[in-house]
Amino acid sequence: MSTATTHDEHHDHGPASGLMRWVTTTNHKDIGTLYLWLSFIMLLTGGAMAMVIRAELFQPGLQLVEPNFFNSMTTMHGLIMVFGAIMPAFVGLANWLIPMMIGAPDMALPRMNNWSFWILPFAFTMLASTLLMEGGAPAFGWTFYAPLSTTYAPDSTDFFIFAVHLMGISSVMGAINIIATILNMRAPGMTLMKMPLFVWTWLITAYLLIAVMPVLAGAVTMMLTDRHFGTSFFDAAGGGDPVMFQHIFWFFGHPEVYIMILPAFGIISAIIPTFARKPLFGYSSMVYASASIAILSFMVWAHHMFTTGMPVAGELYFMYATILIAVPTGVKIFNWVSTMWKGSMTFETPMLWALGFVVMFTIGGFSGLMLGVAPVDTQYHDTYFVVAHFHYVLVTGALYSIIAAFYYWVPKWTGNMYDEKLGKIHFWWSTISVNLLFFPQHFIGLAGMPRRIPDYALQFAEFNMISSIGGFAFGLAQVFFLYIVVKTIKGGEKATDEVWEGATGLEFEQLPSPAPYHSFNTAPEVK
Amino acid sequence: MIFRRLSKHSYVLFTALMSSLLATTAQADYELNMTEGVTPISQQIYDLHMIVLWICVIIGIGVFGAMAYSIIYHRKSKGAKAATFHESTTIEIIWTLVPLAVLIAIAVPATATLLDLEDTSEADVNIQVTGIQWKWRYKYLDEDVEFISSLSEESRNAIPDPTGVDNYLLDVDKPIVVPVNKKIRFLFTADDVIHAWWVPELAVKQDAVPGFINDSWATIEEPGIYRGQCAELCGKDHGFMPIVVNAVSEPEYQEWLVAMRAEAAAVAAAADQEFSMDELVAKGESVYAANCSACHGPTGAGVPPVFPAITGSSVATGDIGAHIDIIMNGKTGTAMQAFKTQISDVDIAAVVTFQRNSLGNTVGDLVQPSTIKSLR
Repeated sequence: MSTATTHDEHHDHGPASGLMRWVTTTNHKDIGTLYLWLSFIMLLTGGAMAMVIRAELFQPGLQLVEPNFFNSMTTMHGLIMVFGAIMPAFVGLANWLIPMMIGAPDMALPRMNNWSFWILPFAFTMLASTLLMEGGAPAFGWTFYAPLSTTYAPDSTDFFIFAVHLMGISSVMGAINIIATILNMRAPGMTLMKMPLFVWTWLITAYLLIAVMPVLAGAVTMMLTDRHFGTSFFDAAGGGDPVMFQHIFWFFGHPEVYIMILPAFGIISAIIPTFARKPLFGYSSMVYASASIAILSFMVWAHHMFTTGMPVAGELYFMYATILIAVPTGVKIFNWVSTMWKGSMTFETPMLWALGFVVMFTIGGFSGLMLGVAPVDTQYHDTYFVVAHFHYVLVTGALYSIIAAFYYWVPKWTGNMYDEKLGKIHFWWSTISVNLLFFPQHFIGLAGMPRRIPDYALQFAEFNMISSIGGFAFGLAQVFFLYIVVKTIKGGEKATDEVWEGATGLEFEQLPSPAPYHSFNTAPEVK
Repeated sequence: MIFRRLSKHSYVLFTALMSSLLATTAQADYELNMTEGVTPISQQIYDLHMIVLWICVIIGIGVFGAMAYSIIYHRKSKGAKAATFHESTTIEIIWTLVPLAVLIAIAVPATATLLDLEDTSEADVNIQVTGIQWKWRYKYLDEDVEFISSLSEESRNAIPDPTGVDNYLLDVDKPIVVPVNKKIRFLFTADDVIHAWWVPELAVKQDAVPGFINDSWATIEEPGIYRGQCAELCGKDHGFMPIVVNAVSEPEYQEWLVAMRAEAAAVAAAADQEFSMDELVAKGESVYAANCSACHGPTGAGVPPVFPAITGSSVATGDIGAHIDIIMNGKTGTAMQAFKTQISDVDIAAVVTFQRNSLGNTVGDLVQPSTIKSLR
């Protein structure tokens, strides 16, 4: 770190003061912070709904909530976690990190950046307000299959549709901004194949977002016209097809799950080399594997629909294409393990979360491979086995990577080290409880418990109780995380500029900790 | 009388004990793993499941083993110095091609099983299965047998506290009966939203899509009772629409068909009889519990505004013709179904009369099944 840069920063404008700083800000760091806080609030909100679900499922029989409200909880939990917690967290990380990683002073389109954030609080307020409406909130699952979400849905569905439109607009604007930034604002010498993998995976993710969010917008618009304007896109009585809804939804939905995991791959690819003190194994193969996964993600959507009555040729094709994804995903896992191999490893909190990610995401990958085998999916489909699968990839996958990223970069953001002891407690507490929560769900799924039911047969009781206990513990661990976050922002041991012994990248090598409000006003030289 | 009841109880107790003893070992497996089921396809699927599972376990041991080795031996605190290697095209090619070969090894048996699974030709018995919120209608094609199967009253009443209830939520009022060792083809459709008919031991899970027909098949090799449930979120009572399949020998199956036809004839004949108010109300109470209470509540309070109350409702206390019409033909744009396709003339007459003279309503009029019959 050169002191000259620090000196330059003194002449810059700092942030405006008061609330208006956050409302009017066009600074990538401020907007990143806003995204991350929104995402945390949504994580706790969606988590609270998960607690309601697990409390009702604690024992057989209906004790706490009505079935309809239970369905609203599963629906809102899914929507809030996907669109409110995971996606904004990655956009927040992108905002904070991409300009610093590529040596740019800010995002390419700062005003649009402000707008794409500030749409979201309104979208989620509107979505959450449906819980208070007559007839209840949407109760058709986050996948909102027609005709349950059209002819048979509550009036509040129209608010859900508008909220989804807003989220889509926000995502597309965010994606455009990220692509424009990465393609136009890299420092001299920062060639594409020198970019950190987080930047690469976000570039690919942004293209996925631009490709599929409009498809989702199309799906909800067709729902709207089916509901109110006499069309029959998804109504067989008018010549439509309910299964077409699922094709359109999953044409969005499958790339969407890669939108939620590709940036995670980038984060893990940054953290493991740092703490193994060894460069990432197979950088270029990581880039190609990410691109392959993204391309394949457009060609596998109907593996979510093996029981809808597809022609056998379709089932065969989607089975082959789906299990093919195991190849590039395997390459990634092998590369991470090879990066650790013969390294000089230490196990600070970010590394623990990253290692947890590799192990548990791989478990989620295994169950994914199993689900991809079409004839066997007959037994797995729509059971708790699927619930276990996607929570392993989304909670111990995506969410773990986000938490890892927080611990890894927060010293750079705030200048303060988090409390190492609390961070480790947070990791072990979360990891033990999350496995208690989701691992038994494999068993109850295989044993025959369908998903999205508020009550179950008695033979599933023991594992559901274990799962609920794990759930409450995991939920509490994230409240503990909130305490760690606030504590770190307020103070703590000062971080060095490099932060980590083995850290590489412009943000660690060329910026002080905390990074100044305006960084890289003059582009750095990248060798 | 007391003796008879006692002996009946002890018989139930005895069979329950015996079957639980027999089931203990099988049950323990079943609760952790997929069932092997009772059809050739379910066995194939189970085998395939185990193959893929073991492949995953072996790969997992390799990957996690290498990781654990690194974590233990390549740590800084043990003085490990970091190597500098960071790429190898040869290794990358190997771990692209080896997994590819493994996947092909999985795909071959998977393709064979899938082709079997989808081959519904040359069936001996054809049963049309219709998903309705929240029950199943079964129609034996060519056999003139048709009925509705919904959650058993015992399970329904046990929802607040199901402790000790046999087959809680997996029991129905009328199971479907099928012959063993015959190829049974199921044709699936739905009246309202998408449902999915799933019986794990038959390895049949197929979506029932309104306006479309899907099919699947099973050849059951062991007589027995096999239980399943709806597997596609279909609204409020998705968790409360079980499936029970009773697989019996061919002669027993034929007997059952005869009994079902006789029952249907008796129900049709009853439509021409005259009933008293008390008879209709008494009958209507059970019809209401089975068909109406899920939405309108056991006491008729409903869940307004989505599911209106029956107590004091303008329909149930107003013109009886309009009341009959809404029950027979449903109300478009709402969850209210057309019950004329689901329940008999007697049941419709009974439930209309019940709603008008119970649940806090005291209209005082009644309708005879013959009137309903004439309205069809």
